[in-house]
This record gives sequence, structure tokens and C-alpha cells, in this order.
Amino acid sequence: MNLDLPALLAQTALLLLMAPLLSGLIKNWKAKLQNRRGPRIWQPYFDVVKFLRKDMVISEHASWIFLVTPYVVFVTALSAGLMVPMITAHAPMSLFGGALALVGLLALGRFFLALGGLDPASAFGGMGSSREMTLSAIAEPAMMLAIFTVAIAAGSTNLSQIVLASHGPHWKFLDPSHALAFAAMFIVLLAETGRIPVDNPATHLELTMIHEAMLLEYSGRYLALIEWGASIKQLVLMSLLANIFFPVGLAADATPAAFGLGLLFLVAKLVLLAGAVVLVETTNAKLRLFRVPDLLSVAFMLGTLALVSTFLF
Amino acid sequence: MENLPATLLNLSLTGYVLGAVAGVLFLRAEKLANIFTFGCASMASLCGVVSSVMVLVTGAAAANQSVQLLPSLIPYIHFTIRVDPLSAFFLLIVSLLGFALSTYSLGYAKGFFGRKNVGVLGAFFNALLLATVLTFVADNIWLFLIAWELMALTAYCLVTFDHEEAETRKAGVLYFIMAHIDAGCVILGFLLLFQASGDYSFASLHDIGAQMSSGKRDAAFLLFLIGFGIKAGIVPLHIWLPVAHPVAPSNVSALMSGVIIKTGIYGLIRVLFDFLGTPPLWWGVTMLTVGTISAVLGVLYALMEHDLKRLLAYHSIENIGIIVMGLGAALMFLHTGHTVLAALALIAGLYHTINHASFKGLLFLGAGAVLHATHTRNMEEMGGLIKRMPQTAFFFLIGAVAISALPPLNGFVSEWLTYQALLQGFGTTDSLMRLIFPLSGAMLALTGALAAACFVKAFGITFLAQPRSKQAEQAHEVSGSMRFGMGVLAAACVALGLFPTQFVQLLDPLTQQLTGQQISAQLSLANGLVLASLTEKSGTVSTLGISLMFVCLLPIPFALWLVFARKSKTRRGPTWDCGQRGLTPQMEYTATGFSKPIRMIFKALFRPRRDVQREYEFSPYFATTIRFESHVEEVFERRIYQPLQILILRVSRQIRALQAGSIHAYLLYIFVTLLSLLLLFAR
Repeated sequence: MNLDLPALLAQTALLLLMAPLLSGLIKNWKAKLQNRRGPRIWQPYFDVVKFLRKDMVISEHASWIFLVTPYVVFVTALSAGLMVPMITAHAPMSLFGGALALVGLLALGRFFLALGGLDPASAFGGMGSSREMTLSAIAEPAMMLAIFTVAIAAGSTNLSQIVLASHGPHWKFLDPSHALAFAAMFIVLLAETGRIPVDNPATHLELTMIHEAMLLEYSGRYLALIEWGASIKQLVLMSLLANIFFPVGLAADATPAAFGLGLLFLVAKLVLLAGAVVLVETTNAKLRLFRVPDLLSVAFMLGTLALVSTFLF
Repeated sequence: MENLPATLLNLSLTGYVLGAVAGVLFLRAEKLANIFTFGCASMASLCGVVSSVMVLVTGAAAANQSVQLLPSLIPYIHFTIRVDPLSAFFLLIVSLLGFALSTYSLGYAKGFFGRKNVGVLGAFFNALLLATVLTFVADNIWLFLIAWELMALTAYCLVTFDHEEAETRKAGVLYFIMAHIDAGCVILGFLLLFQASGDYSFASLHDIGAQMSSGKRDAAFLLFLIGFGIKAGIVPLHIWLPVAHPVAPSNVSALMSGVIIKTGIYGLIRVLFDFLGTPPLWWGVTMLTVGTISAVLGVLYALMEHDLKRLLAYHSIENIGIIVMGLGAALMFLHTGHTVLAALALIAGLYHTINHASFKGLLFLGAGAVLHATHTRNMEEMGGLIKRMPQTAFFFLIGAVAISALPPLNGFVSEWLTYQALLQGFGTTDSLMRLIFPLSGAMLALTGALAAACFVKAFGITFLAQPRSKQAEQAHEVSGSMRFGMGVLAAACVALGLFPTQFVQLLDPLTQQLTGQQISAQLSLANGLVLASLTEKSGTVSTLGISLMFVCLLPIPFALWLVFARKSKTRRGPTWDCGQRGLTPQMEYTATGFSKPIRMIFKALFRPRRDVQREYEFSPYFATTIRFESHVEEVFERRIYQPLQILILRVSRQIRALQAGSIHAYLLYIFVTLLSLLLLFAR
């Protein structure tokens, strides 16, 4: 086993630095589409720095679970990111885990976040935890079916292998199974990153929030860590989608030019995907909580169809 | 030295017998009874651990021979035992758990002093461990069945230990009935096998299925599936499990959920992989389907519980389901002749078996500690225990993370192996049947995610936030021996999580015995740091690597604190209360509230019903009292077992007419029976 340290450091830096930008981009575009001026795309960086400098208030009911949660959320998102191919097809940590480990790591972060929501004894936190765990449980099978579809096609759960396989002789996206799996994964992406129509990231309206409700008691640098972790998770899932289903422009050899080109392609793919998210967010209304399972079962059906079509074609 | 494992096993068996005897001797001296019974049990199980590990590591041949345990007076009944790799593996599980539970019990049983007879508890506890060990090592149908029955009876006595309560007695009766339906099916199954072999020793039954007609083989499969399935708690044969496990003392609950239900798994593996020969396809399909259904329904019903121990009992059904999924996949691979994949699926199932024993044992011990401290099983009366019982909370959290299949602990590893087996199964056949693999995989994902939701609830409501009752407020940390017992199992969860490739090596002799393949070398990469699914290409994971990654990435936040947050201060303040005057525990989220979204989403299954009665003065907004009741329908009880029960009662009422109490009538029955038998057979 040889560890590629430069690639590891580079991808860590990329995840850390690019994640807030992606969030900023989505916020800015969403505002534009809604005829608002909106925050600058750099705003999330300023937010993180501002939060980091602020004093913290920690609930007197909270235990050490509340204190370790931000670290867990941040570290799990980052570790998951190191397993996803971003600029090259070879993710630095792909040996340590593939698609299943990625899902597990994100679930670990979510598990602690939900506990952190319950810890300060506030009903809002409990509400958020309950909803988050429920919706993620419904989203999980759909996501797994989509992952299985590509994993079966590639004969591997290793994300680098999957990307290499769909890179293969012809563009797999034209396969019905991959297109359907992409649709399923896109819906799951909306749910996992807390986007409209599942959750509204912009609201602090008490009775509708899911993700934000769990964070209600966090402040200062811990809030910065969780927000940053959430944006890293979003970046990870979006690069996963981008690179599995559109594996174009990945750096083939280890030259600076290839890396530059790879980065450019990655940014382009993420920008397109972000555009799609923004369009969905702007043209849809948030669903009532008990309508969300319907949407997720659509994703599940799409995943099943994707599998069946692997079998048929 | 060659004989050491066998000697240790004998020591272990003797230890349990001594413990049981000590319990009877010290019936009136509870302190002595406590020390001697549980002391003997912990020593005996320690011997068992060493013995079984030695057999698995060295493949000690001495242990793998039939040994006469006791001389027998009846010619064809032999009490022979043999520790082959399969037995050794299950011996390891029962001994490991037995050790942790016995030390835990030293502290836990003190709670019964002056209230209940500890001697009785200790004696039956030892007898149950003895019977379980004998079940695993029996080399003969007779000894197996005797041990099986002894296990059922001692377990019944332990379940009804708190027999003053009506709930417990009722649970005991249900357990007793189900245990005997199960024993009946197992006996019938063995009779079918005996018919073909003509001998009672297990050696003569090896691959006996090849000599049986396919109809008899299928009948035997179904009988064993029902018989062992009841013991294991497979849906829909599970109904006794969530009733009987919670009412027993917590150390016994842990033993029952951790080990006793595994005897069903042991029986299934022994019979299906050792005795019945190459299986037809539908056996595997049945097992995989039944396992999937058990997993999903087990976790769904667990979510509806707010009784901490019942919740854990339902999770046992879920985990047994996951194990059976692995076994079912292995059977399907054996059918198609993919023995390497069969070994992989079998490893997944076996790995999950020992994992479930360790984390479920741990969780039940944690629940026992909570029960000890708060005197309630109702989660709605707990809360805030993490500050009052910090170590118990920490151990329970480890168990919760492990059972939710989250990396880097052991539950994740075995579910990862199960996923890999299912995914690779897709390529083994061309028929539509192959869709069953990924679809069960998706259901496994649903199960895992729901289990995580359930344990956020179980841990969060029990240990976090404010205490919801006086008892919870006054709770205290439990004694050292109880914490030690939990610590042992927590350490096992961590070790099994971080070192999977090393553990899989122990399973090599097992897969060699049952599938003819040794695959641990193919599962290990980079000097055992990375677990691979047969090849590097088809998927790898490293829990140790993931943990190292966590450690290496953790400095990043601290560096950020140094750069940006040097001047920021931290203070404690009240939780935001919307401007009211302070939060009370009543305002917290409840366990019932937490699972409400799931109850609503799956309402077709749960058929939730609620009654709300309010009394008010002046206006409905100012209620003086509110009564809230919420029910979930237990589908299997209502739809299958109740009609069956009614039918059986009706038939027996009809038959009762025969028993009129007149001796003349009885003489007539005898005469008629004799005559008809003569007519039938004396031609």
C-alpha cells in the first residue's frame, strides 16, 4: 500500500476550500432567479470566519455529546470526501472504503448530529432529530439501489473503480440503468443536503425546519464547524454524482496540465449540477413533511427500475 | 499440551455444574450464593473462551474427536461431545458473553438481596450456560435434544424469575408453549434424518441429505426452519421473543438475546450446511426472504417501543434477520456451486452472529444498569442519565453505534460483508432470481438506517437532556463489576470492528468445514489493514484506516481555533425557551413523539390508534386533564396467532366430549382402538 501524500493533502484542501464556495454559488443564483440581489458567492467564507471568532453559549443541559458532535460531523464529512474521486479517477483514500463506507460515514455524522439536537433538552432539537432520522432512513434504500446499479455495472463498490468503469469504452450515461440511477440519486441528493422540496435551508421558521432545528443551540465556532461540515457533505455528494455519471475530463496522468484541466472540468460539472439544484429549488415549493416519503419512494422506484434495466439491457 | 483445549472444555463444564450446585447449597446464604455461582460461571466461561480460541487458531485435533462425556446405561444412547470448528465458534460466543455476564451479575444480583433468592438465580444461570454449551458441542442427537430441552426449561425458570407479576407469568407461559412447538419440530426433523442414517451420531448424519428423497429432504428443511426459527425469533415465529426477553432479569435477557437465540442459528447452520447436502434453490430464497422480512419488521416494531428492554428485544429479531440473510445467500451460492461466494456469505452471517452477541449483550447490560438505577423500563421516565451514569452511558453509546452499523465499529463490518455477498451474488445467475440480491440489499439499507433512528431515540431519550422523573434524577452509577462486564463487551465491539481481517482468519476452519473453501487470505490486503471482498478491485474497506483518518483530520479544527478563535470565550446558558420561564422536562421531545413520523409513514402496517380525552373548563384551550393513549396493532398476534388460538380451543372443546369420566366408555375406546389396529396391521 503506498500512500500518495500530496494527492491526499491536495484533496483535503480542495474539500475544505471549495465547499463554502459551492454553497455561496447556490445561494447567490437562487437569489438571482428569485429577483433578489442575494449575498456574494464568497459570503459563506466570511460567515465561517465570523462564527469562528464569536463567543459560544452552550446549553446548561448539554453533555459531552453536544461538544463532540461538531468534530464528528466535520471529520466524517471530510473523511467521506477523501474516498470520492474529484480531479482524478483515483481518490486518495479509496482503499480505505468505497460507496458503502461513504454512506456509513455520512450516517455516523448524522447520528451524532441528531443526538446533539436532543441533548440540550429543547423540543425543537428533538423535532429536527426525529425528522432527519426518519427522512434519511427512507432515502437510504433509494440511494443504495442507485449505488448498487453502478456498482454492479462496474463489478465493484470502490468509487474509483466505478468511475473508471463508467469511463470505459462508451459513455455509460446513455444506458437506461445509469440514467435512472442518476435520477434516483439526484432526488436523494436533494433530501440529503436538505434542499427544497424536502427541507428549506434558508428558513428558521420553527415548525418546518429539519436540519436547522438540530443546530438551533449551536453557536460560535461549533456552529462554524457544523455549517462547514454540512457544506463539505454537499460538495462530496455532488462530486460523487458528477464523477460517477459524467466521468469526463478526469486527469489521466499526473501532470500539472492534466490536473488543471481536471479541476476545470470538476468545477464545470459542479456548476451545472448546482444550476439544476437551484432550478428545482426555485420552481418547487417545500413539501409537507408527510408528502416527502412519496417523493423518496419515487426515488426508490427509479432505483429499482435502474436495477431491472441492468438486467434487461 | 495437545489435549489442553479438551481439558479446558471439561473444566468449563465442571465449573458450570459446580456453580449450579453452589446455588442450591447456598439457597439461604445470598452473599455466598452470589459469589460462588457467578464466580464459578465466570471462571468456567473464561476456560471456554481459551479452549475455543485454541481450537479455532490451532485446529486442535484432540478436541475435534468424539468423547464420551458420561457413561450411559442405555445401549444406543451415547452422551458424546465433539468440538469441531463450528462448535468452537459458537462455544466462543457463549463463553465470551458468559464471562462478561457473570462478572456483571456479581454486582447486578445484589439488587435482589433480601427480595429474591439469589441462589436460585445463580443455579439456573449456571444450568442455562451448561445446557447452551452442551447444545453447541453435542455430537449425538440424544444429547443435543436433551441439552435443547434443558435449555428451554432453565430459560423458562429464569424468564419467570419475577413470577410475582402477572405479566411475567404470562410471558413465561407463551415462551413455554413456543419452546415446545420448536422442540417438537426439531425432534420430527431429526427423526427424518435418523430414518435415513440409522444412527444417532452427528458424524453419521454428515451429508445424509444426499440419501434422502427430495420430498423428505424438503420436509426436514421446513421442520428445522420452523423449529430453529422459533428459537432464533424469525418473523412470523418471533412473537414470544419481545414478550419473554424483557421480563427476565437483565443479565438473563442479555444471555437470551445474545446467545440463546443463536442456538437456533447454530442449529440451522449445522443442519443445512452439514447434514442436508447441496440445497435446492428455493431453500436459499426462502431463507433470504424470511431474513429480509425479519430484519425490516424487527426494526420497525422496535421503533414503536418505549420500553427500553422490549426495544432491544425487537432489535434481536432484526439482527437475526440479517444473519439469516447471510445464511440464505450462502445456501443460494452452494446451490449454484459458487463455493467461494458461499464462504463469503457464510462469513458475513457468522461475523454478524458474534457481533450481535457482543453489542446486544452490551446493550442489555446497559439497560439492566439503567433499570437498576431508575427502577423503570419506560424510556419516557428517563433522561439526563449521561450525567448521573457517565460510564454506563459511554458503553451504551458504543453498543448503539455498533448496532446501527456505523463505521468504524463491528456492526458496520459484518453488514459490509453482507452487502458484498449480496452484490456479488447478482452475477451468479441469469434468472430473474438475481434481482433478489440487490433488493434485499436495499432492505438491509433501510434496516440499518431505521436502526440508527431507533438508537438515536434509545440513547437520546434515555441518557440525554433533562431527567423526566424523580427516579431518573436520583439515579447513580452502578457498581464496578457491572461496569467491568459492560467494558468487556464494549472492548469486544471495538476490537471486532477494528481488526476484521485478523478475526476472519479464525473463521477459516469453519468455512473449510462447511463450504470447502478458505478465503481469509483473499479478504485481507495490506498486511491485514484492509478488508477486501475477495479481490482488491471488487471493493475494500478499512475500519482501522478510517479511524486513523479521523485522528489525522482532527487537528484541523484545533488549528482553526488557534488561528481564529483564540479570543472567543465559552459560557454556559439556558437552552432557548421561546421567552417562557424556563424549560421543564415536560417540554422535551418524547420517545413516542420521536417515532411519530415513522408511525405515520408506515401506518398501513402499524394501524396506529389513539384516544385523547380532555376535560376542560370554559374553553377547550384550557384543559384541566388530558388523557392520551396510543396503540400500535401487533399484526401477527392479531391476524395469525389469535385465530389459531381460537381454533385450537374450539377443537379441544369438541374433543373434551370424549373424556366423559365414565370408565366404561374408556374401556370401549381401548377395545375399539385395539380392534382397528388389529384390522389395519395384522393382515
